[in-house]
Amino acid sequence: MRIFRAIAVVLAALVVVGARPAAAADSIDPDTGFKAFRDYFTKRFPNVPLNDFVNGPYSMDAELRKQWEAIDDFSPYDFAIDRGKEMFATPFKNGKSYGDCFPDSGIGIRQNYPYFDDKTGEVITLELALNRCREANGEEPYSYVKDEMASLTAYMAFTSRGKPFDIKIPNDPRALAAYEKGEEYFYTRRGQLNFSCASCHVQNPGNHIRTEVLAPALGIVAAMPIYRSEWNGMGTMSRRLVTCNSQVRGVPLKPQDELYRDVEYYLSYMSNGLPISGPGARP
Amino acid sequence: MRAWMCLAVTLLLAGAAQAASTEADFKTALAAAVAAEQDAGGLKNQWIPTEQALAAAKTAAAAGDFDTAVAQAKAAEALAKASIAQAKEQQTAWKAGVIR
Repeated sequence: MRIFRAIAVVLAALVVVGARPAAAADSIDPDTGFKAFRDYFTKRFPNVPLNDFVNGPYSMDAELRKQWEAIDDFSPYDFAIDRGKEMFATPFKNGKSYGDCFPDSGIGIRQNYPYFDDKTGEVITLELALNRCREANGEEPYSYVKDEMASLTAYMAFTSRGKPFDIKIPNDPRALAAYEKGEEYFYTRRGQLNFSCASCHVQNPGNHIRTEVLAPALGIVAAMPIYRSEWNGMGTMSRRLVTCNSQVRGVPLKPQDELYRDVEYYLSYMSNGLPISGPGARP
Repeated sequence: MRAWMCLAVTLLLAGAAQAASTEADFKTALAAAVAAEQDAGGLKNQWIPTEQALAAAKTAAAAGDFDTAVAQAKAAEALAKASIAQAKEQQTAWKAGVIR
C-alpha cells in the first residue's frame, strides 16, 4: 500500500509542478546562460529593482518585507557577526590566522567566492577555503552547516556587504564542466517529491509553499549565511542545500560535496553584479 | 463433488499464499532492497522513504516480525527502483527546464 502511496505522491508532484518546455541546452555557454537567467527574472518581476532580488522572499511579498524591516533593527544574525569577527582575529595555535590564508587578509572578499582553482581543478567555496585554512594550520575542521562556520562566513560576508558578485568562469574545460554540472544539479528533479531546485526557485518564486514565500533563484546566494527562524539559528549555504534536499524527501549529499559546490558556483555566477547582502535573515 | 474439490484447492492455495514469512524470506528481500538502494546511491539519488523502509524492515526482523520485515524490504526495493528510474530519466530531461 505504501508503494502505491509513494507512486501517487510522485505522480501528484509531476502534475502540480509540471515540466517547463524548453529546448535542450547542448553547449556550455555561461554568458548566454547568464543573460537568459537575468532576463527571465527581470521580465517576470518587472517591479522588483534588480539589486532587490538579493533580499529573496522580501522582494516578492510586501507584507513579509514589512515584518523583516521591523525585526532588522535587532538583526538576529548580529551575534554571529560579532562571534565570527572575534574568531577571525584569534590566531591559531601556530600563531597564524585566517587572514594569512586569503587575499586582502580575508576582508571584503566574499563576492569572489566560489572560484575555480586551476591548480586542483575544483570549485573552492568560502566554507571549503576556511576549513582548508584551518587544516593547513593544524586545526580541526569545523562542521560545514552551522555554528562556527556560520559565524565565520557571516563576518566575512558582512565585510563584503554591497560589493557585487564577481565570479569568474575561466576558459578551462574543467571550469566549464563544473559550471555545467552545477546547472544540471540545479535543474534535476530528485527526491520522492520529484522537485528540482528550479521547481521552487525558478518556476514558483513569490508563491507560497505552506507558509513560506519562495525566493527567486536570482541573487539567492547573496544573503548567505542566514539566520532562519525555522532553524532557530544560523545556517550556511551547505545547510541550505542539505535542507532543500531533505524537504523534497531526498537523501542529502555530504556538505561540500563536489555537486553542492558546483551548484553554488553556478548560482553565484548567475548572481554576478548583484550586491552581497549577507548575512541575512529568513523566516 | 468437483466443486468441493475446486474449493478445497483454492483454499489450500490461498492458505499457502498467506503463510508466514521466514527469516530467509526477509534476508532475500533485504538483499534485493539494499542492492537497489546502493545503485541509487551510485546515481546520488537516494530517497529518504527508502532509508526509512529499510530501517523499518530491520527493526521488524529484529523483533521477529518477518511478515512486516519482508513487506518493508519490498517497499524499500520498490522505492529505490523508482529513485533509480527518476535519476536515469533526469540525466537528459533536466535540460528541458533550463531557462533560455
